[in-house]
Amino acid sequence: MGIVEQTDRQQNLGNQPPQGDRPIIRTQMLSRYFDRAIAVDDLNLSVEAGEVFGLLGPNGAGKSTAIKMLTTLLPPTSGRATIAGFDLTQQPTQVRRMVGYVPQALSADGTLTGYENLLIFAKLYDIPRRSLKSRIAEALEFMGLQDAAHRLVRTYSGGMIRRLEIAQSILHRPPIVFLDEPTVGLDPIARSAVWDLMLELKKAYGMTILLTTHFMEEADTLCDRVAIMDHGRVVVTGTPTALKASLNIDLQSGESATLDDVFIHYTGKLLEVGGSFSDTSRVRRATKRLG
Amino acid sequence: MTLQESGAPRNDWDERGWNRDKSVARSRLGWIEAIANLITKTLVITEVEVRKLLHDPTDLLLRAVQPALWLLIFGQVLTRVKAIPTGNLSYIDFLAPGILAQSVLFVAIFSAISIVWERDLGIVHKFLASPTPRAALVLGKALSAGVRSLVQLVIVYLISFFLGVHLNFNPLALLGVVLIVLLGAACFSLLSLMVACLVRTRERLMGMGQLMTMPLFFASNAIYPIAMMPNWLQVVSHLNPLTYQVDALRSLMIVGSSSMYELGLDFIVLFVTATVMTLICARLYPRLVL
Repeated sequence: MGIVEQTDRQQNLGNQPPQGDRPIIRTQMLSRYFDRAIAVDDLNLSVEAGEVFGLLGPNGAGKSTAIKMLTTLLPPTSGRATIAGFDLTQQPTQVRRMVGYVPQALSADGTLTGYENLLIFAKLYDIPRRSLKSRIAEALEFMGLQDAAHRLVRTYSGGMIRRLEIAQSILHRPPIVFLDEPTVGLDPIARSAVWDLMLELKKAYGMTILLTTHFMEEADTLCDRVAIMDHGRVVVTGTPTALKASLNIDLQSGESATLDDVFIHYTGKLLEVGGSFSDTSRVRRATKRLG
Repeated sequence: MTLQESGAPRNDWDERGWNRDKSVARSRLGWIEAIANLITKTLVITEVEVRKLLHDPTDLLLRAVQPALWLLIFGQVLTRVKAIPTGNLSYIDFLAPGILAQSVLFVAIFSAISIVWERDLGIVHKFLASPTPRAALVLGKALSAGVRSLVQLVIVYLISFFLGVHLNFNPLALLGVVLIVLLGAACFSLLSLMVACLVRTRERLMGMGQLMTMPLFFASNAIYPIAMMPNWLQVVSHLNPLTYQVDALRSLMIVGSSSMYELGLDFIVLFVTATVMTLICARLYPRLVL
């Protein structure tokens, strides 16, 4: 498998045939600047329907900014994107109907019950009154939360809250779900439960999933393809297998590379570096609120 | 298929049956449907707050203490000294509507603190990523402050009744009081939301809330008539929406009192203020998550 140079700084290691002509998510030169700082720089992504696509990178690489733009929360400084056929900046309401979104920070309301959290979003997404109850029941069952449905969410464990948040985001059966660091702050058991759920989602509903993560293992387990971001740019795109294989060719060594090696190779840094105070305090505060 | 109508290319994922919830049809809303949608979604956002209150009404009960103290202590003392000229009304009659307006102001002016809290978590993000109209998100919050204020209304009426205030129980007048309380709460909670969008932290919002409460309350006709004020303060009072709220409440709540302005003018001032604030807040609200 050869490395296909897309631009001078972006490589494509896809082992799939050339991309279909109608990717469900497509961004062209999508950029976002904050004052003078560049958060996302000329992002070109093309995600096929039904794919699980991972955006990888250290904290501050621009993953969350990219997701915020794709979910219409943050207007891009330049560039364009189409989501399920709708233009991101021209048709934001239509885009919002086509996507589900699980933010990185705690987004379920701890002062309501799980059922109420779902009910509110079912109503906001115009799920017809007659199918409201059955749709919520189905989501609760899918996420294994039936027994806890009428308890206040602040009594939930971190893993249960994540599952509830995912349930909220898929109530309206969107073709695309965006998950920002879906397993950050979860213990290993809860983490693998969330992984199973996401694979199940893909299988049961054929949803396209775009997630950000800085856990290599997560990307390796879940993603059909990944893009590694650093300093706002995608440095390499490809299937986890192809990325690892490319490194073995590069290194000319007998041992097989892990995705961690790939990451270090392309970004030149270890993962644990970075993370601003506000990121950290936000995640910690979210965790504390659950306790 | 329907997607084509909205000018977008035909999509595989639509033909596969995504979007059965008539979402696409909604993308071409007529304005009547748009208003219906706005109202429905506003009520959903309000429902969130009502459900929270039902789970934990402590806050509401605690807030009942302050108007009670104002009426029982401040009101009783000043009624006795007869220091404030209130025309044909006794001072306690004059004060009761002012204290109701004050409770509404206090409930509303700090209402955006919970929104800053929700922003610090990811809750605001998720609401903004949903297809809910921005105006419904802010109006829903404004109406929630109104619902909390209605509880204050009941409390003030109860205390006033026991203090012998000459309350007007005409159903139409009561309906008017409810409407004015909802409008007043909307004005000041939207002001709070506007400030929250600008200052962005709870601490600063608390400070700003304190800062705004004093002039809004004392530069109004809540606890003394405007005629008592020096000229410059009278001008300020005429620009203060709280003055119009108190004026309307006084003429609706109390037997034998009359409106300083016209009731219609009071209503229009509050309605226009709330509408303009809604439009401003709907623009500012998405900036909370930037």
